[in-house]
Amino acid sequence: MGDPSEQSRTPAASAAGPVLVLREVSRSFGGVPAVRPVSIEIPRGRTTVLLGESGSGKSTLLRLMAGLLAADSGEILLEGALVTPAGGPALRRRMGFGLQSGGLFPHLTAADNVTLLAQALGRPRSWRARRLEELAALVRLEASVLARWPLELSGGQRQRVSLMRALMLEPAVVLLDEPLGALDPVTRGELQQELLRVFGSLGTTAVLVTHDLQEAAALGDRVALLREGALVQVGPLEMLAAHPADPWVARFLAGWHGGPAR
Amino acid sequence: MSALLLLVLSAAEPAPVRVASKAFTESVIVGELVTDLLQRRSLPAEHLRGLGGTRVVWDALVRGDVDVYPEYTGTLSEEIFGGRVRPDALGPALAAAGIELGPSLGFEDGYALGMREDVADRLGIRRISDLRAHPGLRFGFSNEFVDRADGWRALQKAYGLPQSQVNGLDHELAYRGLRAGALDVVDLYSTDPEIQAERLRVLEDDRHHFPEYRAVLLLRADLERRVPGTRAALEALRDRIDAPAMIALNVRARLDRVPEVTVAAEFLRSRLGEATATPGPAPPGLARRILGRLGEHLTLVGVSLGLSLVVAIPLGVLAARRRRVGQAVLAVVGVVQTIPSLALLVLMIPLLGIGTKPAIAALFLYGLLPIVRNTHAGLVGIAPDLRESADALGLPPLFRLLRVELPLASPSILAGVKTSAVIAVGTATLGALVGAGGFGQPILTGIRLADTGLLLEGALPAAALALGVEAAFDGLERAVVPRGLRIRPEEPR
Repeated sequence: MGDPSEQSRTPAASAAGPVLVLREVSRSFGGVPAVRPVSIEIPRGRTTVLLGESGSGKSTLLRLMAGLLAADSGEILLEGALVTPAGGPALRRRMGFGLQSGGLFPHLTAADNVTLLAQALGRPRSWRARRLEELAALVRLEASVLARWPLELSGGQRQRVSLMRALMLEPAVVLLDEPLGALDPVTRGELQQELLRVFGSLGTTAVLVTHDLQEAAALGDRVALLREGALVQVGPLEMLAAHPADPWVARFLAGWHGGPAR
Repeated sequence: MSALLLLVLSAAEPAPVRVASKAFTESVIVGELVTDLLQRRSLPAEHLRGLGGTRVVWDALVRGDVDVYPEYTGTLSEEIFGGRVRPDALGPALAAAGIELGPSLGFEDGYALGMREDVADRLGIRRISDLRAHPGLRFGFSNEFVDRADGWRALQKAYGLPQSQVNGLDHELAYRGLRAGALDVVDLYSTDPEIQAERLRVLEDDRHHFPEYRAVLLLRADLERRVPGTRAALEALRDRIDAPAMIALNVRARLDRVPEVTVAAEFLRSRLGEATATPGPAPPGLARRILGRLGEHLTLVGVSLGLSLVVAIPLGVLAARRRRVGQAVLAVVGVVQTIPSLALLVLMIPLLGIGTKPAIAALFLYGLLPIVRNTHAGLVGIAPDLRESADALGLPPLFRLLRVELPLASPSILAGVKTSAVIAVGTATLGALVGAGGFGQPILTGIRLADTGLLLEGALPAAALALGVEAAFDGLERAVVPRGLRIRPEEPR
């Protein structure tokens, strides 16, 4: 049942290089381009934020990275291995994916949602229990919450469980689609700090989609700015604000007044 | 699939003489006479009472599911041989089908048309050809008479009858319609007890359209070899029942409500001087009868539903996975559903004979659509974010199906199974038409004898069973549908 790629998850050769490499990746839906040829590298141990207005193609780009969508052209490499939907589930298991809704299965308890894949891959019960405990401590969830059904959880709890599920098998990269989008402002602020702390303590490589400038500022080591499916500029937000590539970038970043807001 | 069906359905049964009768009182009485007579001669015999219409019983005889049944020569020449065999050449024609023309019983029971005496007088109708002058008359004929080759259409042609308002309905119900004035003309059998009781006028067949309907016994040619002595025993009935005797028997059963088995026993004792052999076991009490039928009914429903589940859930999964195949599968099971249940049952007889097998096969086919459709709908209806979630996790396909998709679809699937089960409980009552027993047996007999008590003895437990099955499924929902799916989402916290 175990997947050999799980054991040797990080080829030595690429240990220092970027985790994900996208070369000229594009995708259109019904003739309408959603992502125009994009090339970007996702560096190890950092958080990259895909920032843009709605319809800018940021969520599509994230799904291309995750192998959930097939690219029309170009290639996506995860630590040197080609990512495609046809490539099967094995490669996807090395990426943790989180949705705005949490995407938790309502028929399983929170704990079973977190451990489901490990169970499918035949990880021993004791291993799963230990890992569940570690992750619960990391995201500060009580055991009693993990025994509940997803429909009994608050939005913040749901996102924490979703994060635990994404981190369960120590993925090479965590991909999160608007993880804080559905939360109230207070919870959102709390969870931002939580993500920063968790990613910092684990040295997680993360890609996070948002349309919120403040959130991008708070979480992103680097920001990839997208407009109409094209990558406009990539770099630390301060750098983008100081040296906007074009007037649109300057206007877009005008709403931000330097430094993490909270 | 059919191999599996056959495997499940094949149950070894002993081989007594299987007597059958058609689904009307006279045929059942003669069937009881034959059965009782054989038993008195210590020959093992059982009676498939009111098995069905001519086609059903004849096919069963040819197939060997039935050994003996009473038939009429006119029906043989017109209906079974389609007019190609003259009445005096029936013997050789039957022999070619492996059937022996047994003793003639001594009475004729031909088709005739009848009206209420008062109505006929008022309109001045004595002969069938008089009907031509009254195109507005309302005709109510037994379904068989409407459909069969020598029935209504041939009669209409022979006499040039103009009437277009012709209703097909149960023979016994036609008399009620006549009494209530809802019908003017019905078909009748010349030994019907109602002719006298209801003051009916039998219209003269002035063009000699209807053939001779002499009552005879048909038996399988190999019967004497299998159960020696049957031929001699049946000879005891030759020419022993004349028309008045048959009418008297019909009056006893239909109007006096004496059970056919008793009517037959009385006749054998008083008219044929047959000694009472071993007294048969006392008829079971009401509770025992209902319990017995409940067992038969539940067997029909349980086995067919189980088979439906085993086939329909994988078909539903397939339909959800492949859109093209899915459309085809749904279309095919949908078409099966549109076949009238009676027709489906009768279609099964040439393949599976009579008894529980054709009933289970028909119920199995009926059970497919709700389960296939709901499995498909349940799987296709899984929320997109959950589908994406499962994709992103990279769950192995079988694990994903069993642990994620089917549980998420389980409320829908269970609703489909419940629909199938309730349909099966209702449709299984028709199983009695092909000798499968169950609660349909008293319903059919009750209709035949116009015996409301007997009808309710089948209908009430069947309705209760349907309600019980629904309640059981509500309970089952608690056991099968995961608890997390039954929570009502609370106010967002």
